[in-house]
Amino acid sequence: MQVEYISAFNVVLGVLGRFWPVWIALAIVMGASFVYKKKLGLYGQLFDSGVGIVGVGICLFWLFTAIFASTVAPFDPLAQVPIMKDALPGGIEPASKLIYYFGGDKLARDVFSRMVFGSQIVLIIAPAATGFALMVGVTLGLPAGYYGGRIDTVLSFLANLVLAFPVILLFYLLVTPGIMDTPIPYAMAGLFFLFPIIFFSVLFWTRYKNRPDRLYILLGLTLVLGGWVYVGLVFDADPLKIVHIDPNQLNIFVAVVFASSPGVFRIVRGLTMDIKTRDYVAAAQTRGESPWYIMLWEILPNARGPLIVDACLRIGYTTILLGTLGYFGLGLAPESPDWGTAIKDASRLLRSFIHPALPPTIALMSFVLGLNLLADSLREQSMKD
Amino acid sequence: MLSFVLRRLGTMALTMLCLTIIVFFLINLDPNLKKLAISQTEMHTSAEQLESWLAGHGYRQNFFVRYGQWLGVLPKQPVTDAATGKPAQRFSFCNDPLVPTFSGILQGDFGCSTKFKTTVASKLFPALSATGILMLCVLLVMIPISLLIGILAGMREGSRTDRTLSVASIASTATPEYVSGVIFTVIFASWLGWLNGSAASASQGITFYNFTLPVMTLAIYGIGYIARMTRASMVEVMTQQYIRTARLKGLSFGSVVVKHALRNALIAPFTVIMLQFPWLLTGVVIVEVMFRYQGFGYTLVEAAGNNDIDLLLGCSLVSVFIVLITQLISDVGYAFLNPRIRVQ
Repeated sequence: MQVEYISAFNVVLGVLGRFWPVWIALAIVMGASFVYKKKLGLYGQLFDSGVGIVGVGICLFWLFTAIFASTVAPFDPLAQVPIMKDALPGGIEPASKLIYYFGGDKLARDVFSRMVFGSQIVLIIAPAATGFALMVGVTLGLPAGYYGGRIDTVLSFLANLVLAFPVILLFYLLVTPGIMDTPIPYAMAGLFFLFPIIFFSVLFWTRYKNRPDRLYILLGLTLVLGGWVYVGLVFDADPLKIVHIDPNQLNIFVAVVFASSPGVFRIVRGLTMDIKTRDYVAAAQTRGESPWYIMLWEILPNARGPLIVDACLRIGYTTILLGTLGYFGLGLAPESPDWGTAIKDASRLLRSFIHPALPPTIALMSFVLGLNLLADSLREQSMKD
Repeated sequence: MLSFVLRRLGTMALTMLCLTIIVFFLINLDPNLKKLAISQTEMHTSAEQLESWLAGHGYRQNFFVRYGQWLGVLPKQPVTDAATGKPAQRFSFCNDPLVPTFSGILQGDFGCSTKFKTTVASKLFPALSATGILMLCVLLVMIPISLLIGILAGMREGSRTDRTLSVASIASTATPEYVSGVIFTVIFASWLGWLNGSAASASQGITFYNFTLPVMTLAIYGIGYIARMTRASMVEVMTQQYIRTARLKGLSFGSVVVKHALRNALIAPFTVIMLQFPWLLTGVVIVEVMFRYQGFGYTLVEAAGNNDIDLLLGCSLVSVFIVLITQLISDVGYAFLNPRIRVQ
C-alpha cells in the first residue's frame, strides 16, 4: 500500500491549524498583558521592546504547547504505525486519515506529535530544577556572603569543587542505571529537597516571629505541603498517590540541580557581599534585626533583579543540559519523546533522512532563544531603573 | 604575586585530590564494578565467578588502599595467581610489575585501560593531541570572529548594527552543539554536499572537507557568549571620559576606537575566553561523538560507557586539570593585563 502525501503548503497550514488552542491562549494572554501593561510592573515593561515581546511570545508558546499537548498532537508519541516508517512530511496515515505533518521516524512514530509531547518533559523538569537550584543557591549563598569567614571559605570551596567538574563527566558519573541501585540519588534528593522547606520556614519565622496567628498558619502550611511533596518525591511514598516521580527522572532532576546550584550560589554570594554594605542593611542591624531577617527580607528582595535574569538564562541552560543528557542517552527512557533523545536518534540517520532531525532541533533552539531574549530584555529594563 | 600563585596552586592540588576521590568513589560503586566484571568475563557467568574475577584482579581491596595505589603513595601489589600461587600480572597487556612497586599518578603511571587493552597513557595522550588540534582550530576561528562582532556591536551602542549583531549573538548562545551540528550537517553535507558529515578520516589527515563542520559547530556556541562580553566591555569603555577627550581633540572615530578603546576593552574578554575552556570541554565531547573524531571526548565517552576505571580516572584528571589551570591563568593574566588590579 502506498502512502499518500499532501502538499508542502497544506503541511504548513495544517501545522498552524493543529496549534489552535495555543494560538487562542496566546492571543488572550498577550492581549491582556498588552492592555494592562502599565499595571503589571516589570512584566508589563517587557512589552515596550520588540525583543521582549518576541521572548515572552516564544516562551508562552511552548508553555501552552506543553499544557495543550494532547489536543495539539494528533498521535500518541509512542504509537507506531508500520506503514509510516520513514514517511516524508505530509504523509496521510491510512487508517485514521490523520496526517504525519513532519513525517515518521525510523520506528514509524509521528515526529510532530513527539516534538509536541517533548515540550512537556522539558517544561516540567527545566523550570522545576532551576527553582530547586535557586533555593539551594540562595539558602547557602546568603550566609556565605553575609557572614564571610570560615563558612564562606568552606561553602565556596565546595561550590568550586562542583564547578571544576566538566558537566558531561558529572552526568556520566551521576546519571547511570547502576547508580539507581545505590542510595546516592535518594540521599542527594533528600538533601536538596530539604532546602525549599528550610528556606520558607526561615522566611516566615523571621518575619512573623512576633505574630503567632500568622506564623503558625504559614509554618504549618509550609511543613505540611513541603513534607507531603518531600515524602512523595524522595521516598515515593505519597499517601494520596498524587506526587510521584520515576526513579530515573529523579536521578536526572537531582543531577541537574546539583550541577546548577553552585552557579546560583556564586551569584547570590557576590550580590550579598555587595548589598550588605548598603545603608538600609546598616539601619536594620542598628534596629537589632536578626541576621537571617536581614538576609531574607532586606538583602534578598534587593537582589531580585539579577536573580530573575539569571533564572531565565538558567532555565534555558538547563534545557540545553537536558538535551545533552538525551543526546548521550543518559537517564531518560530510550523511547522518551524529549528533544535531546529525538535529536540523538535522528542524527544517526542524517545520511538517509533529514526530516526527523529538524523539528526537535528547531524546537529546542527556539525555546532557549525565547528564554535568552526574555532575559536580555529583562536586563535592559532593570538597567533603566 | 608569587605567594598568590603558590596559594592558588595549593588550593588547586587540594581540589584535584578531593575530586579524584569523588570520581574514584563513584566509579567503584558496586553496580559499576559488576558491570565491568560482566563485560570483562565471558557471557553468562555466575555471581560467584564475577566476584572471584573482581577479587582476583584486586578490585576488592580496601577503598583507600586502592586509591593510594592509584595515586602512587602506596605500593601496587601484584595479584596472586589462584592456580600456581605465584605473583601474576593483573592485566597481561599492561606490563604490570611482578614485585610491589610505587606506581601511580605521582610516578606518571596512569594505569591500565580494560576497554582498549593497553595502558591508559598510550590511549589518552594521542587522543589529547588530536583534541588539541581541534581546539586550536576552534580558537583560531572563534576568537577573531567573536571579538570583531563584539567590537562592531559595542562601538556604537543602540545602532542598527549593534541590535542585529546582539540578536545574532543571543541566537548563537541558544544553539548548543548538538543542535548546530545537526543543522550544519543537514545544510552543508546533505543538501549542498560541500563538506563531510563525519570527521573519522581526520585522524589520517586533516582536510578542509572533513574538519570544517566540527570546528564550525564547536565555535558557534562560544562565539555568541564571547561577543556579548566583548560588547559589554566595549560599551563601557566607549562612555569613558578619555574617549570623549580623544574625540574632542579631533581624532577620527576609527582611530579613537583602534588606539584608545580597543586595548582597554579587550581585558575583560580575555578572562571570558579562558573561562570558556570548561564549556568547550563539554562541547568537544558532543562534537567528537557526533562527527566520530577520535579525540579526548570520544575516549571519555568510551571509557564511561564501558566503565573503564583507570581510563575514566585519567580523563577526569586531565579535564579537571584543564579547568583549574585555565582559571588560574585567567586570574593571573587579568591582574597582569589590568594594572589597576593588583592581587594582594
